[in-house]
Amino acid sequence: MAETALKADPPNQEQLKVDAGQRRAAADLKLPDKIHCWPYLVRAEFIAGCIMTIGLLVWSLVVDAPLEEPANPSKTPNPSKAPWYFLGLQEMLVYFDPWIAGVVLPGLIIAGLMVIPYVDINPNGNGYYTFRERPFAVSTFLFGFLVLWVGFIVLGVFFRGPGWNLFWPWEYWDPHKVVPMTNRDLPYLLGARGEAATFLIGMAAVGGWFAVGPLVWVWKRKKPFMQKLGLTRYTIVSFLYLCMLGTVVKIVLRLVFGVKYVWVWPNVFNI
Amino acid sequence: MADPQRPQKQGLLEKLFTSDAWRSVFRHGYADTPRNRVLQVSANVWLHLHPSKVRRHGVRYRHTWCAGGLTFLLYLVTVVTGVILMFYYRPTQEYAYLDIKDLDFQVPFGMLMRNMHRWAAHGMVIFIWLHMFRVFMTGSYKPPREFNWVVGVNLLVLTLLLSFTGYLLPWDQLSIWAVTVGTNMARATPLLGHEGPFGPELGVTPRYDVRALLLGGTMVGPPALMRFYVLHCIFIPIAASVLMILHFWRIRKDGGISGPL
Ligand code: HEM
Repeated sequence: MAETALKADPPNQEQLKVDAGQRRAAADLKLPDKIHCWPYLVRAEFIAGCIMTIGLLVWSLVVDAPLEEPANPSKTPNPSKAPWYFLGLQEMLVYFDPWIAGVVLPGLIIAGLMVIPYVDINPNGNGYYTFRERPFAVSTFLFGFLVLWVGFIVLGVFFRGPGWNLFWPWEYWDPHKVVPMTNRDLPYLLGARGEAATFLIGMAAVGGWFAVGPLVWVWKRKKPFMQKLGLTRYTIVSFLYLCMLGTVVKIVLRLVFGVKYVWVWPNVFNI
Repeated sequence: MADPQRPQKQGLLEKLFTSDAWRSVFRHGYADTPRNRVLQVSANVWLHLHPSKVRRHGVRYRHTWCAGGLTFLLYLVTVVTGVILMFYYRPTQEYAYLDIKDLDFQVPFGMLMRNMHRWAAHGMVIFIWLHMFRVFMTGSYKPPREFNWVVGVNLLVLTLLLSFTGYLLPWDQLSIWAVTVGTNMARATPLLGHEGPFGPELGVTPRYDVRALLLGGTMVGPPALMRFYVLHCIFIPIAASVLMILHFWRIRKDGGISGPL
């Protein structure tokens, strides 16, 4: 092997090369299954990069970036849509007041993503695809990402028309479509009429939902898994999990049962 | 591994690659030896982002989908095309829209640059999601890579903000209304927005709340355009670049691409 290598390398490198080779061989024994980045990784990246560049170029030659009429603050288009990647959040405006849809939910999503590595104490499935070894983590993520995140973007892009009403993609966007506003607050639907009763029932519903977390802890805290997880991690996970499921519950309540708010605190907030 | 003993043609290329001039730029040898393969990466300022060797599965498309790398490529495309657009674009109410029209119809390759900038930005959002999805599915956020996942989430936020601030710059109907919808939510920030819970109680008014801070006023007007322009072209790209440097550094320091132990 030295013959051809020598032709290109200054001869005094010979000894260095042998040393390096021995060190590498020793390292390889400890860490087998390693291959050179050049050419193997660089080639893979180069091919992927070429395909992406060509694809982007062709797409850009064929599809023009949109440009509409000049900005006109006195002419509101209907519907006014946020950029597509935020349409999931805009969709939440249907079910929640803006402080939840626009501030609390995005904040929880970002914070929730960031804490994942610190609350997931399952050591399995590190570095390979598996569902069986981490069913809870994977199914939670799949639901949150594919259904809530991507799913609601698809809904917002293709199914929301004028007045933020639902339309089929092939349906005419009738700006005069009238949808009866028959939503009622949950306490009202449950028969409460007085101010105090309405308030208390709403508070009990929301409070009860979030009390599930502590209750499960009290009930299961002796389990070895819970012991390992610890109270802090458990609190974070259960709170975020209940927020995510609570969002779904609220959406179902609205779409199926016509519930407007669960808990109204006049002049302060509605949930 | 290729056989280094295979006979070599002393063609023109061979002469070039072994010439003094060539060797002054690329110090390692040309022959395909293990040593040169290592030097090819470690003696090259761009390629030495890589280790000289990776674990075998790390180069497989089905492990990484190349999604992180392609996110980076798309980011670079937006940087290059974005700088070109900046030669022609002025972020003022009078000129912004007209400059975009000019790019579309007058400037040679202006439309192509604008299209590539826009579609690469959208592609970046899609590929960063794919990348995050892949990293979650391979459990690559687990120790020792927890912190790099956190860096990644920050990159995700910055990427979305980059896209969002850029959306305003054409100053057409699509822009200002999308940004109006987006920033209206800031009105309702608890404590800090004038329509948010406890905002008015704290003396927050439409003119002095977080939304006004972002827009430089109570509506999406010229000051908002200037703010978004500076955020889009200077502040966020610098922040994102710094985090990307950290991200790539940490991949190496955390032991390279994750894999079955
Ligand atoms: C601008 C955005 C980003 C860029 C350019 C980027 C780039 C990369 C690259 C090139 C890799 C090497 C492996 C691969 O290609 O998959 C990587 C790995 C990684 N990324 Fe990102 N990334 C970005 C955003 C993110 C996000 C949003 C997350 C998570 C929320 C993240 C978490 C990680 C982690 C944990 C690794 C290590 C994976 C492993 O070892 O298997 N990154 N990133």
